[in-house]
Amino acid sequence: MATRVGIEVSIAAAEAVKQANTDVIAAYPITPQTHIVEHLSELVNNGELDAEFVPVESEHSAMSVCSGSSAAGARTFTCTSSQGLALMSEIVYAVSSLRLPMLMILANRSLNSPLSIWNDHSDVMSIRDCGWIQVFVENGQEVYDHVFIGYRVAEDRNVLTPFIINLDGFVLTHVIEPIEMLDQEMVDRYLPPYQPLYRLHPNQPVSIGCFGPPVLFTETKRAQDEAFNSTMPHILKGWQEFGDLTGRYYHPVETYKTEEAKVIVVTQGSLGETASIAIDTLRGEGEPVGLVSIRLWRPFPFEEFREAVKGAELVVVMDRAISYGGPGGPLAGEIRAALYSQEVHPRVVNFIIGLGGRDVAPDDFVQMVQQAKARPGEWYEIYGVRE
Amino acid sequence: MAKPENEITWKDIKVGFVVDEPGSASVYRTGDWRSQRPVYERERCIRCGTCYVYCPDMAIKILKDGYIEHDLYYCKGCGICAEECPTGAIIIVDEEE
Ligand code: SF4
Ligand code: SF4
Repeated sequence: MATRVGIEVSIAAAEAVKQANTDVIAAYPITPQTHIVEHLSELVNNGELDAEFVPVESEHSAMSVCSGSSAAGARTFTCTSSQGLALMSEIVYAVSSLRLPMLMILANRSLNSPLSIWNDHSDVMSIRDCGWIQVFVENGQEVYDHVFIGYRVAEDRNVLTPFIINLDGFVLTHVIEPIEMLDQEMVDRYLPPYQPLYRLHPNQPVSIGCFGPPVLFTETKRAQDEAFNSTMPHILKGWQEFGDLTGRYYHPVETYKTEEAKVIVVTQGSLGETASIAIDTLRGEGEPVGLVSIRLWRPFPFEEFREAVKGAELVVVMDRAISYGGPGGPLAGEIRAALYSQEVHPRVVNFIIGLGGRDVAPDDFVQMVQQAKARPGEWYEIYGVRE
Repeated sequence: MAKPENEITWKDIKVGFVVDEPGSASVYRTGDWRSQRPVYERERCIRCGTCYVYCPDMAIKILKDGYIEHDLYYCKGCGICAEECPTGAIIIVDEEE
């Protein structure tokens, strides 16, 4: 049984953290993540959620508390945005190497400067190689669902890796959407209590976070890389079983009207829903255009992506961050790498859009597809700039 | 007892590089760091034990008869024992010598 309610996406995400029976929450408030953390502090204060809420003095401390709490075997949650992520990033890298599972919702917001509280993906792209599993969601239902999926996958004995849900700031965090809330009994069936492999406990002492001298460091990194690269089947299993329970099936790469498509638009996060309107318009005009949304950012779904764009002649990649001096946006770089090994591969054109909260309308996607078709070669462009 | 560290493969690394065996620091060969080494002259030693107290790496053993022995597996060659010895029974020399 599940109940469909109209609710602010941030509140629904916090409710999911409660239903997941989270033990420890450590977070510092930052726009646009605030409503999630505020609601959680209320739930703890009202006695509705039996958890430790640690109101830390900075994001660096938030992630430090989370590392200790996960090491002690507690189900652990944090949430941040932009500068907050930048400040915690030192520990973000540490917890994945220490294989400490936890869940972070990252309410995506641009990085300074200029100061902006609005949405793009420059924050998460700054920690691309941090060794966390990273997904993007397109709407409120998806973030609600991924709280359970994230914990389930992260805490899986075969995974033991922290998990980030990327949720676009404001355009998702601050809107009211119809969301199907799971009954507690369904949640409990899907998400068993966390059973750590190692934890800080006096009955069986262990050392966590020892130093790795040159003679061992490379071996530890190989072990981490192997472990991370073998997470994919367990992520798929987490999605599959969630789908069997709720009827909502998620995939590493989500496709829309890609059959027979000659042109594929690639997005991440909430812009996928906007782009799908443009796809309908173009299909209506007889253009063979489809949409691919990259849900799983790390580990990158190379196979699934190649399968999704098979037969396409042009791939138009939408990035929401700049890689200064690089080959375009970070997503386009990954996509070019994914296609490089193919004997015949489509032309890749890259637009950088939606920076710092700039709106992208369905018609913009139509314009970009037309521009990409008209101008030969592989190039990137920051779209919609006043000349 | 843990394997010597230069024989540990990536498959031996525990999840998260956790160390779940006590005393693992004892296999760590700090002696590798040494560029100088202590040389002991037993005839000058008055068996006061000062060097044993000062050695930061527990690299000095006191023998049954009260004389001492350096354990070069751990000795980092810092020279503190030579500095502190009241009789000059320990001198510090370059490794090449
Ligand atoms: S040189 Fe330093 S490490 Fe070596 S035995 Fe003397 S005090 Fe200890
Ligand atoms: S400090 Fe000098 S005299 Fe004293 S025990 Fe050590 S070597 Fe012998």
